[in-house]
Amino acid sequence: MNELKKIDSDTVTENSWASLRRYTDARIAQGRSGVSLPTQALLAFQMDHASARDAVHIALQTEPLIEALKTAGYDSLVLQSRANDRSEYLQRPDLGRRLNQQAVATLEAYRQQHSEPVQVSLVIADGLSSMAVQSHAAAVAAAVLSRLESRGLSIGPVAIVTQGRVAVGDEVGERLGAQLLILLVGERPGLSSPDSLGIYYTYQPKVGLTDVRRNCISNVRPAGMSIDAASEKLLWLIDESMRLGCSGVALKDQSVSSAGVDSHKNFLLP
Amino acid sequence: MTVYSATAGQQRWQFEDLKTLLAKATPLRSGDCLAGLAAGSARERVAAQIALADLPLKIFLNEQVIPPEIDEVSRLIVDSHDPVAFAPISHLTVGDFRNWLLSDKATSDSLKQLSPGLTPEMVAAVSKLMRVQDLILVASKCRNETAFRNSLGGKGVLSTRLQPNHPVDDPAGVAASILDGLMYGSGDAVIGINPATDNYAAVTELLKMLDDIIQHYEIPTQSCVLTHVTNQIEAINRGVPIDLVFQSIAGTQAANESFGINLALLAEANQAARELNRGSVGNNVMYFETGQGSALSANAHHGVDQQTCEVRAYGVARHFDPLLVNTVVGFIGPEYLYDGKQIIRAGLEDHFCGKLLGLPMGCDICYTNHAEADQDDMDMLLTQMAVAGINFIMGIPGGDDIMLNYQTTSFHDALYIREVLGLRSAPEFEHWLQQVGITQPSGKLAARMPEQFSGLLKAL
Repeated sequence: MNELKKIDSDTVTENSWASLRRYTDARIAQGRSGVSLPTQALLAFQMDHASARDAVHIALQTEPLIEALKTAGYDSLVLQSRANDRSEYLQRPDLGRRLNQQAVATLEAYRQQHSEPVQVSLVIADGLSSMAVQSHAAAVAAAVLSRLESRGLSIGPVAIVTQGRVAVGDEVGERLGAQLLILLVGERPGLSSPDSLGIYYTYQPKVGLTDVRRNCISNVRPAGMSIDAASEKLLWLIDESMRLGCSGVALKDQSVSSAGVDSHKNFLLP
Repeated sequence: MTVYSATAGQQRWQFEDLKTLLAKATPLRSGDCLAGLAAGSARERVAAQIALADLPLKIFLNEQVIPPEIDEVSRLIVDSHDPVAFAPISHLTVGDFRNWLLSDKATSDSLKQLSPGLTPEMVAAVSKLMRVQDLILVASKCRNETAFRNSLGGKGVLSTRLQPNHPVDDPAGVAASILDGLMYGSGDAVIGINPATDNYAAVTELLKMLDDIIQHYEIPTQSCVLTHVTNQIEAINRGVPIDLVFQSIAGTQAANESFGINLALLAEANQAARELNRGSVGNNVMYFETGQGSALSANAHHGVDQQTCEVRAYGVARHFDPLLVNTVVGFIGPEYLYDGKQIIRAGLEDHFCGKLLGLPMGCDICYTNHAEADQDDMDMLLTQMAVAGINFIMGIPGGDDIMLNYQTTSFHDALYIREVLGLRSAPEFEHWLQQVGITQPSGKLAARMPEQFSGLLKAL
């Protein structure tokens, strides 16, 4: 959030609790003119909205992502959903949930060339924020996959899906014959968080599953949930799901810790 | 199955069944286009409205848009219909029903008595013939009051849900937004957090924290953490303090299954929360959220248009006497409601339909950053909703939800509309605000933070 400039006016009632901004990015203590938002705060909001609007329409650059994954030791495939461009993607979620013909062919060719079974498939979809994917999907993928490898699980190629929605991961997982599907996706950009990544997990993925079969870890970004905390939580979910043979609503997240998150005490109570 | 038709000039239009007629008569929105259900032309849409206007209301008792054999929501609608309440309008067509609703025959009292005699599909049908001013006028006659630790929905009362979301549920971050909201007079409908995860331990911490704050400051309001209903039942069973039970609901059995719920589960949750008897002036314990497009989004709409599906969700809600029903109108995105115009109309339809079915309707007047909408659109919807007599809206610092990544109404927005229309908070909450010095005796905000709270800041 932009810093609000000092307002030199006796018509604006300022708020004395601006110091609480150290605990949250929320737009607290903005003051008021009458009961309304002061001019500086209004314009700061308008600029942030303009930025988020612009961010939705920036295309994912796949080359740097492929390079970053390669550096971390992972091969990748670039696929596309059935949505041809951003405009179609925004209006036709059904198309963003399925792979196009070329993507299907790419996955079939991969399976013919690789006979060993794939236990884990990790998919990266641009979703609604290519910025989130561009800036930290590779790091999240590496953190998650290295932990899974240390458990002795076999990992398929990382699939990068452009114009992709959450459910497209299940199709990739099914076509690779994977038992576990992890999907990283750019979440709806917020005014203060255009770079938020979501992680979705499905046990035994297949086309047509709904959210009831998925577990979600949201808001993974430098100023939100850290990569380590998200990875630990995901691994807990994966271990539990392999023990119980399910994912989604049937799998309650009862992991105790929020590792890596520095939490501050509620100051409203003694 | 009956075929419905309308003629205009030389052209005749046919609609193969009731759900097709309802879909084609619906004012344009992207979700119906996505589902392939929308009218093919502007003339076909009005022709469908003309055919719909001629339809006797009784038809809705004989023909269900989704067969009861395969859908428990349809069964609930059929089984809970009250023919005695329906009697005064049983001879009317949909078009006549619109006239009746706008006439002096429809009063606050007569609408209340009529409510159990209406099915969701009747209400959806008449809304499709109405202009924005009709939706506002009729809704403004309805008064659906509920209570828990305060009294909501009274005449001249506009309440707010204080929504102190934080990306990682940091207790101090949540507390900062709660304090900000309270200082702006927000939070009489509920203080309700959308948690960052469904993690049971984290959700429990938030529930305890909200309860501690409400008790410590003796705030006449209620708390809620918006996690899955099964989590909340488990929390109740383990003795965690729960005021309201939240759940997202939809208008078809299959859509509800995609949320991991059914009617029996909602009934279990309702009963468990009621038995806690935590309310002081009432015992409405359910908080439902809905939104057009949810059934289609789960591929569970059975060829029924999204607005009719939405009103069927209200058919579910009214069965459980909720404290609050919130249509989260602009959250779902542009593939269902494309722009400000579609969001505004949908919000007013939802409010009207819910009110007519007897529900304490509120609205999350909101949009996402990938929709063609902005703050001006929200100002228009807020103003119209308040004129229509909405029970509650959201309140969030600066209108920016930093956890869910969308924009809704701010604390300032609520004060704007209260000032313009002379509206107030729930009476018990209003009294508390004055007592602790957040507001002056005139009702206006005090210039300074009360000592009780400013002292907390000094200690930090």
